[in-house]
Amino acid sequence: MTGDLVAALGRIVGPRWVRSRPAELATYAADGLPTHESLPGVVVLPGSRAEVAAVLRLLHLLRLPFVARGAGTGLSGGALAGSGAVLVTLTRMNRILRIWPERRRAVVEPGVINARLSEAVARHGLHYVPDPSSQTACTIGGNVAENAGGPHCLKYGVTTNHITALEVLLSDGTAVSLGSPMGEPWGPDLVGLFVGSEGMFGVAVEITVRLEPIPRQVRTLSADFLALRDASEAVSAIIASGIVPAALEMMDQSCIRAVEASIYATGARTDAAAVLLVELDGSPEAVAADGALVEGLLRGHGAREVAGATEPSARARLWQGRKKAFGALGRIAPDLVVQDAVVPRSVLPVILDRIAAIRDAHGLQISNVFHAGDGNLHPCISFDRRNTGEAARVQQASREIMEACLAAGGSITGEHGVGSDKIAYMPQAFDAPSLEQMCRVRLAFDPEARANPGKVFPVHACREWRLGKTA
Amino acid sequence: MTHPVERRLIGLLGSEGIERDPRGLPRAIPASADALAMVCQLAHDEGWRFRLEGRGGWLAPDAPADFALSTRGLTRIVSVSPADLVATVEAGATLDGIRAQLAHHRLWLALDPPGRPDRSIGSVAATGTTGPLRHGFGPVRDHVLGCTVCTGEGRLVGSGGRVVKNVAGYDLSKLHLGGFGGFGVITELHLRLRAEPAVDVTLMARGGRHELVTAGLLIAQARIAAVALELLGPGLAAAPEWTLLARVTGTPEGVEAETRRLAGESGVAWERLASDKAATLWSLVARAPLEGLVVIRLGGLLDGLDDLIDLVMAELGPGLISAGVGTGALRWAGDATAEALHTLRRLAAEREVPVTLERGPWQLRRAVGHFGAYREGVSVLVERLRESFDPGRVIAVTLEGEVGSGR
Repeated sequence: MTGDLVAALGRIVGPRWVRSRPAELATYAADGLPTHESLPGVVVLPGSRAEVAAVLRLLHLLRLPFVARGAGTGLSGGALAGSGAVLVTLTRMNRILRIWPERRRAVVEPGVINARLSEAVARHGLHYVPDPSSQTACTIGGNVAENAGGPHCLKYGVTTNHITALEVLLSDGTAVSLGSPMGEPWGPDLVGLFVGSEGMFGVAVEITVRLEPIPRQVRTLSADFLALRDASEAVSAIIASGIVPAALEMMDQSCIRAVEASIYATGARTDAAAVLLVELDGSPEAVAADGALVEGLLRGHGAREVAGATEPSARARLWQGRKKAFGALGRIAPDLVVQDAVVPRSVLPVILDRIAAIRDAHGLQISNVFHAGDGNLHPCISFDRRNTGEAARVQQASREIMEACLAAGGSITGEHGVGSDKIAYMPQAFDAPSLEQMCRVRLAFDPEARANPGKVFPVHACREWRLGKTA
Repeated sequence: MTHPVERRLIGLLGSEGIERDPRGLPRAIPASADALAMVCQLAHDEGWRFRLEGRGGWLAPDAPADFALSTRGLTRIVSVSPADLVATVEAGATLDGIRAQLAHHRLWLALDPPGRPDRSIGSVAATGTTGPLRHGFGPVRDHVLGCTVCTGEGRLVGSGGRVVKNVAGYDLSKLHLGGFGGFGVITELHLRLRAEPAVDVTLMARGGRHELVTAGLLIAQARIAAVALELLGPGLAAAPEWTLLARVTGTPEGVEAETRRLAGESGVAWERLASDKAATLWSLVARAPLEGLVVIRLGGLLDGLDDLIDLVMAELGPGLISAGVGTGALRWAGDATAEALHTLRRLAAEREVPVTLERGPWQLRRAVGHFGAYREGVSVLVERLRESFDPGRVIAVTLEGEVGSGR
């Protein structure tokens, strides 16, 4: 990147908000995925919608690619920029622009931290439901790009179900308004199409979100099992019963032991093969009735102990192990790949057995902490990247897990996105016409394919993209 | 005498796959997605236009075209997985057929769109029409996990899948749900199901509109878990006053508690309906819009429903009105001119409320479009997207209308 570009960006946002020295760029070389790194050409941190538009217009004139980035907590390498690209970091755009309690809506800038939004609207008896594990750090803009999920998306849906309108800047800086405050599309559902497009359609600079009332009552149940299969069969039984818990999470023994050996220890018994967390919400009567049914199902499927709580502090204790699991897994090895895949819920028992077999075949440590109610797996592979042999086994094990999930009728990602990490699996997940159509749709938004280039699709899948580049 | 288009279609589908519609237009009824794709490809290659139809009740039966393409040959319920609460169905499968199949497994598709019980699921998806259950279970997009669509060039394109959470690739299904066929022909859908509720209770209150809207808002504010909270105009309910219906489902204990709470919080008197009377009333809500030549929906604001009803009635007349008090979604059916709809759209836009034409004669659709003029910058995007799915514009649909399209 030239000094001219750095100076031009500095004139838009102020010189202190442009990063170009190698040590500064290193901060942005990775997101939450430890296996992929890439130094961006330059980093710019605009502080307003007008500044983002001016930056995009400049990059359009110069025909330069760019990558929009939030807090960099993503787990798919989706926010990495190559040396020829400009990284547009949106963390300064962190204002909550409007709260409409009477409409149950809020309008936020993309850099607002997820958990901060719920804190800000709590005084109105409302909250923002999608709650990724990184919610104390990740941004709403990043959540929109990846269509992020979280434990409580089982009942209430993922990010796409909670975004009603977007102000978007396309890659040439043109502004478009998508959606309406209450969510009825103003034309085709372009909000639904934009959410989860991994930053390849443009930059969302204002986001209207749906807020939900804080439930009248919440009850959390924690059950431990001596067999992983019993726990996963209990999950299937709860789903089939028709009860829709607010959350239904599972941790396996490896996770439980990591947590109990850490400062986050909860007193859980480490001989348990799995712990299930089931959260129910609604009216006190419905919660009580559903709670009794769920407890019966848990015990009927071999739960050794079932603990329940409705008080916030007691519930927080039950949740602590789950919430802190990723941090605790850091005790096992210096690096951790948090994989993400989905299977039909009925095949959870089978797929967990398959993951265990893959783990044993490659001599790796894999811990499972995941959204069992959605069938959304997170096999966490602990390793040391300095050990190249082990790193290669991690890649191979990841591939085998993805293939097993696809073979079971599942998906290669439930909430982390494809990013850089899973491009290779896309041809297994979609046939050529479907991939080609996705590429065409991308070009409708971004005809020069400059927004977050090189993500999601293998280049050979995008015939139009290649034609566009050579035209 | 055989129509030349008809001859080619018969060559493709056999004579059993072709009939004439009431206007004498050849109607292609492919029996598989692959056959439907061949029809689209032929239309694309020949530069023919076709109008799309399911069972013929919702999409324009009078759109000018070289032939009609019906999905009524795609009726299979491909799979039902009770353990996963997921079903895969072809687009021509009817709502009542799907419901009957699901009932064997005590499963429920929590969609109650307007129209006849034999309406095709593809039509519901393509028009994005929901009914009162939107309050508890969301719009059509919340019930669809993925779909397969045939593009105007005859390519079968998939997105999403059969799992309840999936972010692999772009979610193209969002374009097709409520896209009125402008981006392709839906051939198959993966649906999210729910278990049949143990108890299903409907309560009814009658009174003045403002009083009932206020009651509905109080219920919503009190976080009472109703799955529908629908306000019916006197015309639709065939009653002298306005009607508010509340539907509560769940376990016996939960439903009893919520119905008690509902009565206590709302400040109006409720009648608990017998199940057959409740079913009749909900059926009326679904069928009533068919009595109007024109059906529109408005995405109103939670705190602006009363004002929005005033606006609609002032511009279009009383018509047949139903409105979700907790969602702001309003449906009006009756007869309306293009001029009146243009005016309504302009006034609604000032209130940040989109107006979608769900159903109406082709002349009206052509004049005002399903969506009308887009906001700045959106028109270019939609045109490019349509170009990417249907470069030959073989599908006869008018999304923007004459004013918006500039064509």
